[in-house]
Formats: sequence, structure tokens, C-alpha cells
Amino acid sequence: MEIQLTLNGKAVKDQVGADTLLLDFVRKHGCYSVKRGCETSNCGLCTVLLDGKPVLSCSTLAARADGCSVTTLEGVQEKAEAIGRFLAGEGAEQCGFCSPGLIMNVIAMEQELSEPSEEEIREYLAGNLCRCTGYMGQMRAIGNYLNRKGEEQNG
Amino acid sequence: MFKAREYVRVKSLEEAWNLNQKKSNVIVGGMMWLKMGRGQKGTVIDLSGLGLDTIEETEEAFSIGCMCTLRQLELHEGLNKEFDGIFRECTRHIVGTQFRNGATVGGSVFGRYGFSDILTCLLALDSYVELYQGGVIPLVQFTSMPYDRDVLVRIVIKKDGRKAAYLSQRNTQTDFPLIACAAGKMGDDWYVSIGARPKRAAVYRISGTGKKADELAREAASMFEYGSNLRGSGEYRAHLANVYVRRLIETIEKREA
Ligand SMILES: Cc1cc2nc3c(=O)[nH]c(=O)nc-3n(C[C@H](O)[C@H](O)[C@H](O)COP(=O)(O)OP(=O)(O)OC[C@H]3O[C@@H](n4cnc5c(N)ncnc54)[C@H](O)[C@@H]3O)c2cc1C
Ligand code: FES
Ligand code: FES
Repeated sequence: MEIQLTLNGKAVKDQVGADTLLLDFVRKHGCYSVKRGCETSNCGLCTVLLDGKPVLSCSTLAARADGCSVTTLEGVQEKAEAIGRFLAGEGAEQCGFCSPGLIMNVIAMEQELSEPSEEEIREYLAGNLCRCTGYMGQMRAIGNYLNRKGEEQNG
Repeated sequence: MFKAREYVRVKSLEEAWNLNQKKSNVIVGGMMWLKMGRGQKGTVIDLSGLGLDTIEETEEAFSIGCMCTLRQLELHEGLNKEFDGIFRECTRHIVGTQFRNGATVGGSVFGRYGFSDILTCLLALDSYVELYQGGVIPLVQFTSMPYDRDVLVRIVIKKDGRKAAYLSQRNTQTDFPLIACAAGKMGDDWYVSIGARPKRAAVYRISGTGKKADELAREAASMFEYGSNLRGSGEYRAHLANVYVRRLIETIEKREA
């Protein structure tokens, strides 16, 4: 079947199978930041924004995204790089494999919550697993990112 | 992930029901549970074009479309105000935000999973299931029905003035609950439901007249059976149920005082 959606601001039309997952669809269209880290909808690495909401692309049918707007890390490069700088600043990453999903969910969180407490941040991001770290560096980095000022806000 | 040959975004419930009569076809809610399955399916039946993704509130009841997500339950102001925040409490520990933006109320209730926070929570309230063929039936009845090929359309929760509270325990964040407990209070009657025993949630009504919280909790918790699995022993679950039910009772009583 044919679907049409907006992927990172560009209209994309393509044939998909009844069982094609959104994850495989966006990768086919060049969004290699989106990865599969588990088989059980648990890790959050495959997070994309579907009409602005964070969802697991590994558990979403491409057919259901027909007519929707999909955003991946490739579509929010500047913001992603800014968050990446804060993560690096705290030495938060070890292998960095979990970062794309985490960054997408931080972006979603920033849009949804205003001035979240540490507990609210932890709760919002609970579905982003990291196998290397204990999340302490990430929590510091995200705190710093949310409290950034001036020109960084735009970066 | 399973394989499927066709995908149909149905135009009516009748179409959904007809397609669903074929054993190889499958209704997809949020697909979180289904995607862990393997094998070949015929047609994927998608209900997302039927406008069943809203929570409607009237004077008498809440009507929750089967395609509402767990995140909608978590954030709905009316629902959480009416029932003292239990929908936020019963959803917020389920995996993560992205997961709850996908998993649906219909899939959660239809599945009748033993570990279900949602089923446990709904059972402590005056809840009903609307089935396309089966009509509106009490959730308690639906819980013990065998799996069939009907379509779950909505969940209805009556506003009967019930006060409610919810608590669960997990061995680790985002895991399935080790025990899930909910309580509702109407006058002197208590509705106590316990899930993840690890068996499916059930509910008992007991009279609270003249009973202290710990007495009432012991009586309520002793009505359920508890079993063992990887997450904990039956003995441990029985102990936890006692403690959590007492806390729920105390919380509701304190709120009423
Ligand atoms: C990794 C993981 C962790 C989880 N942790 C928890 C937890 O801690 N607590 C908790 O309560 N739950 C938990 N769940 C369950 C989850 O919250 C959902 O209840 C579950 O995924 C089913 O919802 P779904 O929308 O994904 O349904 P699907 O997977 O799409 O469907 C589930 C079943 O219901 C059928 N179905 C769906 N909608 C309808 C309908 N409208 N009418 C008739 N049949 C229908 C499907 O055909 C299928 O048989 C977990 C699930 C997973 C995969
Ligand atoms: S790949 Fe792990 S949640 Fe999607
Ligand atoms: S840094 Fe390795 S998984 Fe997070």
C-alpha cells in the first residue's frame, strides 16, 4: 500500500507492507539515527516524534503514520547538537548508543513540561534506558540544558 | 514482530467486527503487546479512523474510547479529579512516556493481563465494557469471560461519588508490577481490587462498618490468592497486599476526614 507523510518537513510518498514498522521506514529514508535497541518496546532508542508526540517507532506501524508528521533527530539537528554538547560537558556518555532516543525525548519533554523537577524529569525519561551509565551525568546535563540562558536557548 | 499481508483502517465497527471473525486477522491497538508475537497474520485491523480516541465526560459518567492511550488516562484532568488521581498513579510507572503514548486502553483491557495496572484500577470503580456485539457489561463480568472475537469499543466509568486510591510496587523502575492494589469507597462499602498476584486482578466488596483500617485491610487482603513467580513469592505478595491495602484505606479515610 502507498502512504504519504511528512518526514522532517519533507513530503515522502512510498509503498509499505501491512507490517512495516515506522522504524524501518524512516531508516529506509535515510534517518539512521533511529535504531532498534530491544525487541520488547522497553529501551526508547527508537523514539521519534509523531505529530509532535514522542512514540516508539519500533512499535508503530508505518501504515498508521499515513498522513502524519514524523520528526527524527535528523530533523532537529541544531537542538540535538546543543543537547549533545551538554551531555559531553558532563561526560554523560560512554558508548553513546542511547543518546539519539534520549535526545528526542528530552526535546519532547521540553515542549510538554515547564520547569520540571528532577523527579518529573526522571519520570518523563524513564523509558530511555542506558546500559553503560547510572544516569547521573545525563541528569546533570539535562538540568544544565534546561537552565541554559541567552543565545544557547536558540542553539 | 509478526508478519501481516493486509492492513485495513476500517470505516465502521461493523467492518472491524466482520474482519475480526477470521482467526488469522487481528485488531491492533497500540501493538506494544502484539509486536512481541511471531507468525503470519492475515489482515491487520486498525480502529484508529473511528474517532475512538477521546475521553468524554458527562454528569453521570466518563466514556473512554478504546483507542485512547494510557498517556491520555494519565493526563486527563476530569478523570483524575473525580477519582483522586488514580489514573495518573496507575499509569505513570508503565515503561515510559513514549510507550504510554502508544499503548491503548482497549488493548490493555481486552488483554486482561495478570500484571495489568489498568485492570486493577478500573475494577475498584463502577466500570463497564462496551462490546460491539456483547453490549455494555460490567467490567467484573468481562474480566472472567473467555477471550472471544468481539470488538471492545469503550470503557464506561460511572461517577458514583466513589473515593479512590491506587498503589503498586515494582522490583525496578519500568518493570511489571509485583503487586498492584486499588481501593474505592462508597459510603461504608469498600471495593478492594488486587492484581499482579501474579494472577489477573479481581475485586471484592466488603463493609467497613465499625472496622479499623488494619482490620479491614487484613480482611480484604485475605480474600485473594497469591502465587509465586520470578518477581516474588506468594507469601511476600500476601504481605505486601496487606500493607498496601491498609495504606490505601488510611489515605482515603484521611482525605474524607
Ligand atoms: C514491555 C511491556 C511492559 C509492560 N508493562 C506494563 C505494566 O507495567 N503495567 C501494565 O498495566 N501494563 C503493562 N504492559 C501492557 C501494556 O500497558 C498494554 O496493556 C499492552 O501493551 C496492550 O495494549 P496495546 O494497546 O499495546 O494492545 P495491542 O498489543 O495492540 O493488543 C493487545 C490485544 O488486544 C486486542 N485488542 C486491542 N484493541 C482491541 C479492541 N478495541 N477490541 C478487541 N480487541 C482488541 C489485540 O488484538 C490483542 O490481542 C506492558 C507491555 C509491554 C509490551
Ligand atoms: S527499539 Fe527498544 S523501545 Fe523501540
Ligand atoms: S552510554 Fe552506552 S548505552 Fe548509554
